[in-house]
Amino acid sequence: MSKKVIYGMFDDEEILLKSAKDMVSKGVRIKDVFSPFPIHGIDPVIGVPRTRLAMGAFVYGATGLSLAWLMMGYMLIFDWPMDIGGKPSQFFYMNLPAFVPVSFEMTVFFAAHGMALTYLIVNRLYPGQQPHNPDNRTTDDKFMVQINTDENKKTAEEIKSMLSSTGAIEITEKEA
Amino acid sequence: MASHEAHIREPLIIGKKDYHQVTEDITYPIAGKANKYWWMAFTVSFITMCWGVGCLAYTVGTGIGVWGSNKTVGWAWDITNFVWWIGIGHAGTLISAVLLLFRQKWRMSINRSAEAMTIFAVICAALFPVFHMGRVWLAYWVLPLPNQFGSLWVNFNSPLLWDVFAISTYFTVSLVFWYLGLVPDFATVRDKFARMGKPLQQKIYNILSFGWSGNARAWHRFEELSLVLAGLSTPLVLSVHTIVSMDFATSVIPGWHTTIFPPYFVAGAIFSGFAMVLTLMLIARKTLNLEDYITVNHVESMNKIIILTGSIVGVAYLTELFISWYSGVEYEQYAFLNRASGPYWWAYWSMMTCNVITPQLFWIKKVRRSFVATFIISIFVNIGMWFERFVIIVTSLHRDYLPSSWVMFHPTFVDIGIFVGTLGIFFTLFLLFCRTFPVIAMAELKSILKSSGDKYKK
Repeated sequence: MSKKVIYGMFDDEEILLKSAKDMVSKGVRIKDVFSPFPIHGIDPVIGVPRTRLAMGAFVYGATGLSLAWLMMGYMLIFDWPMDIGGKPSQFFYMNLPAFVPVSFEMTVFFAAHGMALTYLIVNRLYPGQQPHNPDNRTTDDKFMVQINTDENKKTAEEIKSMLSSTGAIEITEKEA
Repeated sequence: MASHEAHIREPLIIGKKDYHQVTEDITYPIAGKANKYWWMAFTVSFITMCWGVGCLAYTVGTGIGVWGSNKTVGWAWDITNFVWWIGIGHAGTLISAVLLLFRQKWRMSINRSAEAMTIFAVICAALFPVFHMGRVWLAYWVLPLPNQFGSLWVNFNSPLLWDVFAISTYFTVSLVFWYLGLVPDFATVRDKFARMGKPLQQKIYNILSFGWSGNARAWHRFEELSLVLAGLSTPLVLSVHTIVSMDFATSVIPGWHTTIFPPYFVAGAIFSGFAMVLTLMLIARKTLNLEDYITVNHVESMNKIIILTGSIVGVAYLTELFISWYSGVEYEQYAFLNRASGPYWWAYWSMMTCNVITPQLFWIKKVRRSFVATFIISIFVNIGMWFERFVIIVTSLHRDYLPSSWVMFHPTFVDIGIFVGTLGIFFTLFLLFCRTFPVIAMAELKSILKSSGDKYKK
């Protein structure tokens, strides 16, 4: 079967969602959807797995907290204990109340930045990256589904007729 | 079209907008040319900024002695301005993070510019502690560096060091939160320039947009990221001003060492931040033609938060007075009596009038739904909150334990110049932002258009 990419453009996200549900129920595999804003409910339809970014944030946050405690424990308890206003600093737990603010800030710092960097990496976003949305109207007011024929049993003609019967306003076809 | 919201709720976006019209309206200031009012405002701000930079250079070249601070009043305008700006910087992240968690849709018309305001305000705030160090080239000593760098390890018991961590975390996290929200909107601007046939602008905005394509997976991760960053930023906002208040609360100066400071400062920060957001938004909605997006409903919602936080601040002032009397500590009693009736009585009563009395006018529906009244009251709150920090800092310090050290504080032209200069920096950055960045979060706004736009709402 020849490799072809079919794009169906919609001018309303609710029509797209209905069309996608309809096509998926008939066994069509939708490769991707491009939209100017998140379409709620599209992820389970086209099979986008739940992201694990939040778990990543937890791990980064735990790393930040551990580093904060290691740093403060080393500097103020182990390496150079300082007597400040007679506050006890012989042991880490004695000085712990004063360490709470910095521990919290470093947890948030690591969680937020670690998660943001991971997000950029998994989405392949960086300055100089070229966009791959098929039509520049998809960041304005149009919504587009992408269907690859090599992933589907149906022919390009069948897919196109399904798209147009479910409300697509423009259908384009490209050789992959 | 199906409506997802109660019919009695008034629409948030008026003017019969569809998705395309939102793009056109928000990208209009970026694609178009600046009008003469923008150039006038920019010129004034830029000159003020240069004046402030000059005063900073004079401070560094000559020394901190050019300020009005003296041995008794060691902290004066610099820390007043620092706390004022940091307070203003609290509204943006509060709007975008806390209101996101509370699912307040009205935030979407104002969160982008409020976050920008936060970032610019924190930049202005950070200038003061850095320059009050005197030898700014040694500012890196606040970082935890080994002893052989000239100082000992930093003191993790000190609230001033907590400030370093809190403010740098707050600044960088707010910046990332803001920028990652901007990325999809930069892509919209990029594609708009592509349709207009302007390759250079298209290229610039593509770099800014990191090549965003808006596919389903990216949006899915985007929403998760926004939610978790909001969850992280919410306690962060509260922690920053809590820690700033500890700079005072952990000391032994009468008038400073009170346990009420953290919640009182946080409420005050949100209060002043919202006032500054209102001041800026009311100007921006007129000059950038955003009347359909920032409506009287948005202004009313913000005014309600001003009543709440303003009342918390008022209660805190009265609690402080009561506790100073009830404590039986004569130093405390004197500190508060002196605030209200001493040589700085005018500062105290300006603070009381602006912060406690004026916001109560918002209980009247007509007042809180009036743009003119809101604008005037927001200016009053901005002034009042500056006086609050001035009262706390200067009146507490100017009466030392030793009456022979009692002095007055007089700001010099350098003190005033630096403060006015930070206003210049703030407005210069904000004006540049208005011309080059999408001032309203378009993607977010489009996602609520069907439930909250008057075109779709029945």
